[in-house]
This record gives sequence, C-alpha cells and structure tokens, in this order.
Amino acid sequence: MGLLSSTVSMTRYKVEGKLEQPIIENIAKRLKNNAISETDDDVSEKVVGWTSFENPFKPNFEGSSFVIGTHLIFSMRIDKKSIPSKLIKKHYTLEMAKQLIESGRQYLSRNEKKLIKEHVINVLGLRIPATPNIYDLIWNYEESSLWFFSNLKNPNEELETLFSKSFNLNLIRLFPFTMADMTMGLSDSDRDAVSKLSPTKFTE
Amino acid sequence: MLDVSVSYNRYKFIGHEFLTWLWFIIENDRDKLRNLEKDLISLDIGNRIVLENRLNDTLETITIKGDDAGLEEGLLSLKKGAVVTELNLSYKEANQEWRFTVKGESLSIANLKTPDTKPIESQEEVEGALIEKVFLYNKVVQLIDNLFFQFIKLRISNEWNKQVIQRLRDWMGS
Repeated sequence: MGLLSSTVSMTRYKVEGKLEQPIIENIAKRLKNNAISETDDDVSEKVVGWTSFENPFKPNFEGSSFVIGTHLIFSMRIDKKSIPSKLIKKHYTLEMAKQLIESGRQYLSRNEKKLIKEHVINVLGLRIPATPNIYDLIWNYEESSLWFFSNLKNPNEELETLFSKSFNLNLIRLFPFTMADMTMGLSDSDRDAVSKLSPTKFTE
Repeated sequence: MLDVSVSYNRYKFIGHEFLTWLWFIIENDRDKLRNLEKDLISLDIGNRIVLENRLNDTLETITIKGDDAGLEEGLLSLKKGAVVTELNLSYKEANQEWRFTVKGESLSIANLKTPDTKPIESQEEVEGALIEKVFLYNKVVQLIDNLFFQFIKLRISNEWNKQVIQRLRDWMGS
C-alpha cells in the first residue's frame, strides 16, 4: 500500500541518533550502498533493499531526488521468490526417477535425496522470477521520526534490520509505552509513574 | 529502558485503556475534545469496534461492525470486564473527513482514508501531492498524540483512581 493510495496503514518510529554532515549526501550514499539488487538471475530466495519512491523498479538516489520539502521519502523493496511446493514435488519426483534409472539401483540414500531436492529448488529458483513488494516510508530527519506504510510484522522487522544496517541508527517502534517514555515530553517522575502502572479494574 | 518487546507486551493494557477512555470521552465529554483540538468539528466512532475480555485463561473477542451498528453490545462487554482493543474513528474538520482505525496495543494506524486530494496528472504534480498527503496524515498523527498525551497525564494522576474510573463504571452500567 503506497503512501499515495486511497487508504494507507502506518507504523510510527522514533529514529535514535544523528548522522554526520553533510546529511543528505550521507543518506544518499548509504541508500545507494544498500539499494535493492535484482534477483531474477540469482538463486537467492529473498532480497531486501532500498529503492526510489518514484521509480521503484530502477532505484536512483542521485542528487536529492528523495528529498521532498522537509521530508525524506523513499521505499523498501522485498523481492521474494516463492516456488509452489507442488512444483518442487513434481520436479523432485521426476529427478529421482531419472537418477534411479541412470544408476540402475532401486533406492537412493537419504543424502542423495537431499541433494536432489536442493538441486531442484536451485534450478526452479533460477527460472522463477521474484515477486517485488514495495513499502514506502517518510523520514523527518529533523524531528527524528519515521512513518512506515505497513502494519505487517515481517516488513516492519525487515525495515528495522535494513535501517540499522544502512544508517547505523536505531529505529524504535512507537507504541503506548515508548510514546509515553520517549516522545510525549513527560518529566522523569511522570515517566517513572508510567512504568509503575498496572491494569485498571473497570468492573466492581 | 526495558527491552522493547518486553515493554510492548507488558504495557499493552495502556493502549486498551486509552481506547476505552476515548470511547467514553466521545460519548460523554465532547467539550474536552474541542479543547484538545481547536479545529475539530467532530470525532465519532466509525464502523468498527473490537473488544477483548480475558476471563481466567480464556480470551473472548467481540467485534461490532457496520456503519449504523448499535454499540449496546460493546457497552455490555465493557460492563463484563472487556476493554477496547481496536477503534475505527471518523474525524471531521471544516468540510473534510478522515477515517481510520487505531489498534490499542501498538497505536498503529490502519485503513487511513484522508479527505480527497486532486488527482495526479503529470510527474511534476507528484511532489505537491506528496506534501499534501504528508500534511493530511500528520493531522491524524497529531490528533492521536494529543489525545494520548491527555490520557497518559490523566492515567498517572490521582484523578484517575478517585474520579475517572467511577465515571467510566457509571457509563458502562448506564
């Protein structure tokens, strides 16, 4: 769900830490270094990287193309190959039959079967293209806040890992406790009181 | 600070209590809402409420959905000890409306529909459209932040135990 879609879902983060000057050039360099690479000719099952918001299938971070007003807008792309299990089973069965005929034996060892399966997955992996999923984000660098346009668990976990690896900055997911503790401007005694809260019993 | 995943689970109840309180405020104290948001015309319950009731080791989930759904079942569930875990809201300001769902445990925003914006007809218009969308999304983010700030200040005050809980109980039982 892109950020210009008619409906969006959003997970909010606080970005902990700052980058060295010049900020925009520094971010562009790190985006380029961690940009998505094409996987169609690769056996990798999954590849995760940054891409451009405006051109997600041809990442370009030249100049300040990802700077919109006071915000940095770009996307994370996850390219994943998923081979249907029934397809693996079909090719695995055919390959086993072929090997049995060629070897003149009646059985294959467990290790041979394992190698055949790996071979089948590798061959099919080269033939099947990866499906791209694109998740947009808006980073307000000055306010150390980031909006990620997905509430799904896996893309959020991938974002946290990729962001930390790319920028060497921590992303802290905002939820009731972290909001109260970090973004509401509460005093130390108020934050302490929040940490000591326990559930209210609404029924008598 | 506690480990993030530990604090997420340990303090989920804060978000659930926040949404329960918010429903109460929407129904009973609209002046408070107007004081919080000067441009607010209205904040209403939208077309979905999810409640959860943990009884001993069992979890009961109650979902009420539909544009004109009655909320009596929800109030009855609250009376039995449930809390609100998801709330769909309609926020109006001037002649514009935002609709969105807030999930209590994460305060994440789902199915956010902003007021209509001009369709993008050329590449040159993308930047303007993005800036406008950021502005519109920020309205909802600010609204949630303001409401949650008021709630958390109240929740850690003596007023919560001395007055608010009883007012909530009276409303649930009304």
